Amino acid sequence: MVPTRRRALLAAIAGVGLATPALAQGRYPSRPVQLIVPWGAGGGTDATARIIGSLLERDLGQPVNVVNRTGGSGVVGHSAIATAPPDGHTIGMLTVEIAMMHWQGLTELKPSSYTPVALLNQDPPGVQVAQNAPYADIRALAEAIKSRPAGTFRASGTGQGGIWHLALVGWLQAMGLRGDHVRWVPSNGAAPAMQELAAGGIEIVTCSVPEARAMLDAGRARSLAIMAPERNPQFAQVPTLNETLGINYSTGAWRGIAGPRNMPAPVVTRLGEALKRAYDSNEYKEFMASRGFGTVWRDAEGFGSFMAESDRSMGEAMRAAGLARG
Amino acid sequence: MEAILQAFALVFDPFVLGVILASAVFGLFVGAMPGLTATMATALLVPVTFFMPPVPALAAIVTATAMAIFAGDIPGAMLRMPGTPASAAYADESYAMTRRGQLNLNMGVNLVFSVAGGLIGVAVLVLCAPLLAEVAINFSSYEYFWLACLGLTCAVFLSNADPVKGVLSLLIGLLLATVGIDPSAGVPRFTFGEVELMQGVNFVATMIGMFAISELLRNAVTVRSAGGAVVEQVGDVFRGLGPVWRRYWFNFLRGSGIGTLIGALPGAGADIAAWISYAVSKRFSREKEKFGTGHVEGVVDATAANNSALAGAWIPALVFGIPGDSITAIVIGVLYMKGMNPGPTVFLENPQFIYAVFLVFILANLLLLPLGWAAIKGARQVLRTPRELLLPVILLFCIVGSFAMTNSLYGVSLMLAMGLFGWFLEEHGIPVAPLILGLVLGEMLEQTFVQNMIKADGDWLAFFSRPIAGTLGVATLVTWALMVVRAVVGVRAPKLQVT
Repeated sequence: MVPTRRRALLAAIAGVGLATPALAQGRYPSRPVQLIVPWGAGGGTDATARIIGSLLERDLGQPVNVVNRTGGSGVVGHSAIATAPPDGHTIGMLTVEIAMMHWQGLTELKPSSYTPVALLNQDPPGVQVAQNAPYADIRALAEAIKSRPAGTFRASGTGQGGIWHLALVGWLQAMGLRGDHVRWVPSNGAAPAMQELAAGGIEIVTCSVPEARAMLDAGRARSLAIMAPERNPQFAQVPTLNETLGINYSTGAWRGIAGPRNMPAPVVTRLGEALKRAYDSNEYKEFMASRGFGTVWRDAEGFGSFMAESDRSMGEAMRAAGLARG
Repeated sequence: MEAILQAFALVFDPFVLGVILASAVFGLFVGAMPGLTATMATALLVPVTFFMPPVPALAAIVTATAMAIFAGDIPGAMLRMPGTPASAAYADESYAMTRRGQLNLNMGVNLVFSVAGGLIGVAVLVLCAPLLAEVAINFSSYEYFWLACLGLTCAVFLSNADPVKGVLSLLIGLLLATVGIDPSAGVPRFTFGEVELMQGVNFVATMIGMFAISELLRNAVTVRSAGGAVVEQVGDVFRGLGPVWRRYWFNFLRGSGIGTLIGALPGAGADIAAWISYAVSKRFSREKEKFGTGHVEGVVDATAANNSALAGAWIPALVFGIPGDSITAIVIGVLYMKGMNPGPTVFLENPQFIYAVFLVFILANLLLLPLGWAAIKGARQVLRTPRELLLPVILLFCIVGSFAMTNSLYGVSLMLAMGLFGWFLEEHGIPVAPLILGLVLGEMLEQTFVQNMIKADGDWLAFFSRPIAGTLGVATLVTWALMVVRAVVGVRAPKLQVT
């Protein structure tokens, strides 16, 4: 009695074991998909990934689990995406940091370590000052920065060498100043930096306008300009650098979906189609508009070349700013 | 007035009430599981709330977190495993009460004072949110630096034994906090080229290891003999609370006050509120020597504080869109998604929603009383389980919880290693609570220090340059000076008697 039952059990286990690879070769996705987010729950990247995840779930007919792999300035999560098996059941949300971290010597990973699927979002940096700051517009602020000695002004928005730090450096260099003319105070992100701005600890925050939005709405801070080719319809009153200072400098943080290198082409196609439908859905559009996030679409190929270009320009900017190593 | 009536209609809707009840059960479960935190409960609720109208979406989060913070006390008292970080400060004290046969009293105190503390927090949120937010927004890195210093001072009050051993434990915690990418220059430290170590030493996994695994190790030795004592304590959890109220009503008010204030400060939440209020309770107690031996006084302060901090954290979140803790960091995102953009105008544009949130807060805290009581009754059955079965199951939960913190085996390995280390420390009379505190405050201390030095270009006097920072700084230095003087005098006094 006991041996037969045991044998039956073994047969069942063996059956399951044999069946799994057979299933995996069939339709994609054959089991739940993991969507890795290199940043913490509650942030903009997490929120974007969660709305995309719930829309993908509907389309793919399999659960899509958003998994936060945080820490190490994004290295931990990005590395988890790159080292997953390339079968499409583990994908992730790449952020601009992947084009920056390797220049800093934090990791070997770079955009080419992934199979790009789609670019979904891009947000340009803004220039925020406290409400009671004596600068009526970006011109007045730029004049004040130029006329005072280096180190008079202090700015924040993210950690040392982060995207908003680079934005500041790029802007200063475009004005013919040194990258460290305004002293950078590293922070844990945009929200603590905006708090520091409102508390009077620093003078400038170069995070994106949506990140600064609560303080702008609360009448504690003002956005003087954005570093983008054109204005953001969500914040139409904020001018660009080009139309005010005649500086054609733009950069930005971006988010997109990718998988490990060597993901099969049919999987990329299937995911790309599902993402395109998610991107075009009203839910996604409404969500991004409600947060003030910018929406940009690039398919797999477009995202690949976009990342390569981002990698090149970030490397250039970081070398110029003295932030690159090696 | 019309908005308030609208709010009542919004909340007392069958669907909303159903959501509240379901998220209450969810919150109790998550809170009682070691390693599953109130923050995680909120993050898990976010995808669900995508498809809900604003009021039930926020009701789900408010209810689940209020339940989770209380539920964390249950395993803390029964098994010495704080269910959430907010219960870590007094898990030892609660467990000591249980071993003295006072599980009933401890659970009753935790439940009733959690509810009452939560209600005080809500009252403050309703009555003076804009005013308090105005104070909180003036905190710059100078103020936070001194706050972190004051927080570290609590370590001395957390250790019953030798203060030197408490400080030693604290320093180990601060050392562990330096692992990972440093918060200022972005340079990896003590990572040995290991990617997982770049995220640093996760403090929840460490906490589970230090409290739960070390206790499991001790229990494993005596698995056949010990056990029975706890099971006998089945009775009325509300008995004996009258005298506690009469005796410690001031502790309760103080704990709730401290909790709400700390909750309202951006970046400090329920866990730090519990640590600080426990330390304050001991510092000003007339029976300091009883702390750590199963004395209810500190539990009253701390359990009221962590629940009141929850509502406190909504103050800067609603008024300025600045998260008061890790839970409201997620809430702000939900507010935007639901078109309730945080800011002073939220009170003018959507008053009925804000009143509805307040109502849900009150309702959730009242609901905590019967549901918490049921949870205690249910959890008690767990203790009846034979210990040779219970201990492995606890270990399993520890593994699940620590995996959930990092979503990788790194959390599990860390938890197990810290368990062994915690056992080693306690065998040598070194308390583990100060180590956890050091780990919690380490990054804030380092980051604000470096920010201050960069901002002031190395000028030390700048640490005292702002009114609040100056006051906090002088208070900290005076406290330290008094401690040193007392230690020196304390050492000398016996010597004088000898000669």
